[in-house]
Amino acid sequence: MASTTPSRRSFLTLAGMAALSVSMTAACGSGGSGGGAADGKVTFDWWNIATTEPGKSLFPEISTAFTKAHPKIAINTTSLENEAFKSKLTATTSSGKLPDVYQTWGGGVLQQQVDAGLVEDITDLLDWSGKLTPVSLQAYQIDGRTYGVPYDIGMVGFWYNKKLFAKAGIAAPPATWAEFLGAVRKLKAAGVTPIALAGKEKWPGHYYWAYLAMRVAGLPALQKAATSKDFTDPGFVKAGAHLKELVDLQPFQPGFLGAGYATPGGQAASMGNGKAAMELMGQWGPSVQKDAGADLGADLGFFPFPTVDGGVGQATEVFGGGGGFALRKGAPKEALDFLKFFVLDNESKLLASNGYLPVVKGAESQLTDTNKKVVAEALVKATGFQLFLDQAYPPAVGQEVNDSVADLIAGKKTPEQVAAAITEAAKSA
Amino acid sequence: MPSSVSTLTEERTEEAAPPPPKSSSGCRRWAAWASVAWFLVPALVLFLVFVLAPIVVAVWTGFFKWGGIGPMDDFVGFGNYTKLFDDQVFLGDLGRGLYLILMSVLVQLPFALFTAVLLNQKLRGRAVYRMLFFAPYILSEVVTAVLFTMIFLPGAGMADHLAGFFGLEGLQGKWLADPSTVMPTLFVVMIWKYFGFHMMLFLAGLQSIPSEILEAASIDGAGAWQRFRHITLPLLGPTIRISVFLSIIGSIQLFDLVWVMTAGGPNHSSETMAIAMFQFGFKRYQVGYASAISVVLFMISLVFSLFYQRYVLRRDLTGAVTSGGGR
Repeated sequence: MASTTPSRRSFLTLAGMAALSVSMTAACGSGGSGGGAADGKVTFDWWNIATTEPGKSLFPEISTAFTKAHPKIAINTTSLENEAFKSKLTATTSSGKLPDVYQTWGGGVLQQQVDAGLVEDITDLLDWSGKLTPVSLQAYQIDGRTYGVPYDIGMVGFWYNKKLFAKAGIAAPPATWAEFLGAVRKLKAAGVTPIALAGKEKWPGHYYWAYLAMRVAGLPALQKAATSKDFTDPGFVKAGAHLKELVDLQPFQPGFLGAGYATPGGQAASMGNGKAAMELMGQWGPSVQKDAGADLGADLGFFPFPTVDGGVGQATEVFGGGGGFALRKGAPKEALDFLKFFVLDNESKLLASNGYLPVVKGAESQLTDTNKKVVAEALVKATGFQLFLDQAYPPAVGQEVNDSVADLIAGKKTPEQVAAAITEAAKSA
Repeated sequence: MPSSVSTLTEERTEEAAPPPPKSSSGCRRWAAWASVAWFLVPALVLFLVFVLAPIVVAVWTGFFKWGGIGPMDDFVGFGNYTKLFDDQVFLGDLGRGLYLILMSVLVQLPFALFTAVLLNQKLRGRAVYRMLFFAPYILSEVVTAVLFTMIFLPGAGMADHLAGFFGLEGLQGKWLADPSTVMPTLFVVMIWKYFGFHMMLFLAGLQSIPSEILEAASIDGAGAWQRFRHITLPLLGPTIRISVFLSIIGSIQLFDLVWVMTAGGPNHSSETMAIAMFQFGFKRYQVGYASAISVVLFMISLVFSLFYQRYVLRRDLTGAVTSGGGR
């Protein structure tokens, strides 16, 4: 007994220490990343958000094709779900190091990363940018420099149920805000819920305010406000007032303040099940309707956000966003070759998968899906582009836009208070 | 919490170490202490790295205006805290926390006690009832929340149908979707989820009350209410005090149920402190400000637990350690 005790004790000590050191190295070991190795082999990290189809199988397919053609290159792929990706990237960013190639939506978050000196400026390396549509690149351009490569682009507009519009006696989709309000009144009179809205999630509501701001105050005013951090311009207040005109008609489905977007009984389900006549949503709208409710098929139509009388904005100025990839400062140059391969050589595959919209000029003719086609055509004709405000501005400002507009829609804030709240958030961010 | 941990370990080590033999030598004792220290190392390291260090970092970060990226160089002192207590929404969060605490202590616990007393009697199918009432506690918070989101779905949910059946049309389409009804609705879900746990605690407490005392009381002519009021309730004291403690701490830190059901809405009317912290930290990336919220949340919990343990739980804890642990 006496002799075994110490040995067992020291064994336990050793085991404990071993376990500890393993866990410590495991905790610290994740920071390492690629770069050139001695044997000339290049490895780089690639973080994407392709956890659902079609990207889930298409993205690995493309990267395998690339590494097969370039045996000296290896790609470490990490695929994360959208929100998980954002929190992991935030954690990684605060440690001052980004993955070599990573998913970005451009705008304010990218700008913060650029300001922190973490992102590669690819303006001069991107000699093939002429092949991409200018609209698709815009979200990744900051002060005239390019920091990302797009692979998807889309826009927001009204998806509407043609059958319900016909039932209310509306002949053509409204082209002006006054006509739009008239259509809402007609729908209500016909006993149809005019608009489905996910009040719980807030971001679908901010589309209304943003589009109205674009139509009333104009794109330059939005861009100017982003730098001057002043949203009290009368144009923005007026945009809020126009939104209030709509809200006062009570156009939304019952209980919309608690409704989610893609959840059962939410915005997309109301739309898909024909319980509401329209929704203001991005190019993904029809597929989410199909998942959450039912496929409206040929009854589904699309019209751009109406213009506002007396406003400076045009109907061809679009509001939207897409997806792209940015490079870490100092990432191996092979990573950019990969992006070229991904975007240019595989555009037709991306489009054929029916999950993405074209970023390469002239590629829209390859689309087969009618809903995608109508959005892609609107994008081709676009004369101006504004990125989603909750992405274009720093996160604190973007969220304040969402929050205050949600308050406006719930009747808790006046248009003036919305403008003031966003200004305050912008000034203190 | 921390203080209870330290008392327990202190007492334990004192009792574990001394007994060894008389052939004592300083060396022997030292060896015993050394081995104790060795075995404490893993726990201490984990505690330092995953509990103490994050607290220190959060307090430090709370003094900066920091977006989570780049260097922390904008020192604002108590700026985040003054901003916090100027914010009507945050003050509302505190109020809602208090509301949840009061409701849990005044409604949920008596209800749990009531069911526990009922199920402590000889009753056909008693075990089945106990299991049924305890089952919600085992469900994950997220599953519960999704379930009730569907029940309270405006227009199509079960709650709307029931309300229509009972002639409460005024409630239809409201529930989680209306600022005036969202808190009571949330609280109903909270009761459903957690009362079974407290019921189990009370049942365990009830069973440790010797039946002789109750018998003696009835022989002396005490009625059912008197027996409950003057014997059961006082003897259940330690259990009730722990139950109150757990439900208050749980209410202060409530997050997942609310996040999935309402995300704090509509218009902040169901927001709790933990939700506000998440919103600012992970949606707005105002990490400094969110850290300040987390420090306030932590301080409230800490101060409450310290006072509660010092003044309310003290006798219960000493009893547990000296008589229960020693002999």
